[in-house]
Amino acid sequence: MGKTLFEKIWANHVVADEPGAPTILYIDAHLIHEVTSPQAFAEIRNRKLAVRCPERTFATMDHAIPTREIPLWPEDAAMQVNTLRQNCKDFGVTLWDIEGDVQGIVHVVAPEMGVTQPGMTIVCGDSHTSTHGAFGSLAFGIGTSEVGHVLASQCLMQSKPKSFAINVEGELGLGVTAKDIILAIIAANGASGGTGHVFEYRGETIQKLSMANRMTICNMSIEGGARAGLIAPDETTYEYLRGRPFAPSGNDWDRAMAAWQELATDDDAEFDRSFGLDVTDLAPMVTYGTNPGMGGPVTGTVPRLEDMESPQQRQDLAQALDYMGLTPGQPMEGQQVDIVFIGSCTNSRLEDLQAAAKIVKGQKVADHVEALVVPGSKAIKAAAEAEGLDRVFTEAGFEWRGSGCSMCLAMNDDKAGAGKYVASTSNRNFQGRQGPGSRSLLMSPLMAAAAAVSGQIVDVRAMLR
Amino acid sequence: MEPWTVVSATAAPLRSDNVDTDQIIPARYLTAVTQEGMGDGCFAAWRYLPNGSLNPEFVLNQDCYQGSAILVGGTNFGSGSSREHAVWALMQFGFKVVIAHTFADIFYNNALKNSLLPIPLDREIIEIVWSVIEEDPETKLLVDLETQVVILPDGQQHSFEIEAFRKRCLLQGLDDMGYLLAQEEAISNFELSHS
Ligand code: SF4
Repeated sequence: MGKTLFEKIWANHVVADEPGAPTILYIDAHLIHEVTSPQAFAEIRNRKLAVRCPERTFATMDHAIPTREIPLWPEDAAMQVNTLRQNCKDFGVTLWDIEGDVQGIVHVVAPEMGVTQPGMTIVCGDSHTSTHGAFGSLAFGIGTSEVGHVLASQCLMQSKPKSFAINVEGELGLGVTAKDIILAIIAANGASGGTGHVFEYRGETIQKLSMANRMTICNMSIEGGARAGLIAPDETTYEYLRGRPFAPSGNDWDRAMAAWQELATDDDAEFDRSFGLDVTDLAPMVTYGTNPGMGGPVTGTVPRLEDMESPQQRQDLAQALDYMGLTPGQPMEGQQVDIVFIGSCTNSRLEDLQAAAKIVKGQKVADHVEALVVPGSKAIKAAAEAEGLDRVFTEAGFEWRGSGCSMCLAMNDDKAGAGKYVASTSNRNFQGRQGPGSRSLLMSPLMAAAAAVSGQIVDVRAMLR
Repeated sequence: MEPWTVVSATAAPLRSDNVDTDQIIPARYLTAVTQEGMGDGCFAAWRYLPNGSLNPEFVLNQDCYQGSAILVGGTNFGSGSSREHAVWALMQFGFKVVIAHTFADIFYNNALKNSLLPIPLDREIIEIVWSVIEEDPETKLLVDLETQVVILPDGQQHSFEIEAFRKRCLLQGLDDMGYLLAQEEAISNFELSHS
């Protein structure tokens, strides 16, 4: 029997597989940031260890940093950033510092720099490490203890997950995006549908997507409960990678390409599970609840309690709608929004900003709406400015920020107030995720831009016709 | 790590599915560079009212569940962010065991790394346990890792699964770091053959 892409990458990284013990898996690239690494470095120091492969370790700062110019940083954010600087210096780790030209959300910067490559194992103390699977790598989030393990040994002890094929077919309609595909997949399978599995996104629709769009999809694998999500590399992948600072060059490139050609699921391979989605009639998606599985088409309505199968689901929906201040059966369209956030490792790449800008151009943000755009990296910010996108946004009334996680997790001062509705291009609508009491409505950059100028949820397709 | 022994303690019911790590510890409590001080932030948005006082409605604030060392959750407990702070917060709050129908993968791993024992049980059993500890919050559950059972006072025994390796690590108080460092030769060999 053939092997799946995931199984091939796994097999290529097995250092030891002793009976009765988890596999020892080699890690090719380790990404770190200021929030989940300090305790791991402290552990390394305590045990008087070194970082085994500093050349495989890459750090940036994104979670806690302010994204606006402020004269004085909050003490704790400054402390985290300075601790990271010290750790990188002491252990010889590459740091993309906010003071330099290369910085941004860790899952945006690493691909940009060419660190993320097909066939690799990549980890980071952050669950959205699944993003890197877009390049045909096995990439997953780990906790701080495991960050320490990788720093010290470049390995992890892992039990092998199962495989899960997500087959996507059909042509996307105008105004329907990769974000809508992944929200639809999660709505269909639930927030824990992928637990213990690695998704492989397959099919014609996926093959036609750009790298930015593939990253959007793989990014939210974790919202579907999956350990990781990946897409087989192809010309689109190679084209993106060619010439990036850490990508192989010259003879190394040719050698790498030869190896990358092997990275596809064999025709006779079997997946443990599978799911199919035809996107032909897919509408833009919006979430109404407090986990990413609670979403539906913008043309639809908030579900009613009696539509739920189990008492527990009824209770969860009731709790979610109570928190969200939404009424069962109300149409999604027309729901007021207070804040619009365009950013996060899901949707802050140049293409996302270009798409949003098309909707915003020549329009004004609705009077009652506060709107901000937070580019995923300094490079994206500069590229967008070179195209004049910053002016499109600021003239419409958006704030144009520095790069970072910002209101995706509201660790810095970008917090939505209690009870506020946030049309957000990020990935999590958990209670309080975007500030205590905040109410997140997840959607694509196109939909968020449309919400900004309309002041409410609208079907962006009407603006594109 | 301390070797894991038997826990006999009262348990608190958390009747919700998809309890995510942003609830267990909100991002604004992640600003430390050490592990300490996480207990305060544990379930902050549910435990505290907006004015900072304790929310009397929330189960963990009720007198009868003070001192519970076992938390009983629903499906997909610990979903979302990979923050190990969630495990530290639960432990600093006083929990030694989390029983749930299912766990999110990263949370499950993080819990084991810290000797917070995650126990998956069937949904029907979770419902039974919830009813029992709600009816009588004084109920003590006995959790025996060695024999992999949760025992209720009426004698009901529910066995649970855990990988043999993980169990051994917990019982002996071993962590992965030591194990991994002992593999130095294998790791170097792997690097030589893959460069
Ligand atoms: S943008 Fe949001 S989801 Fe992505 S790494 Fe930052 S906090 Fe996590």
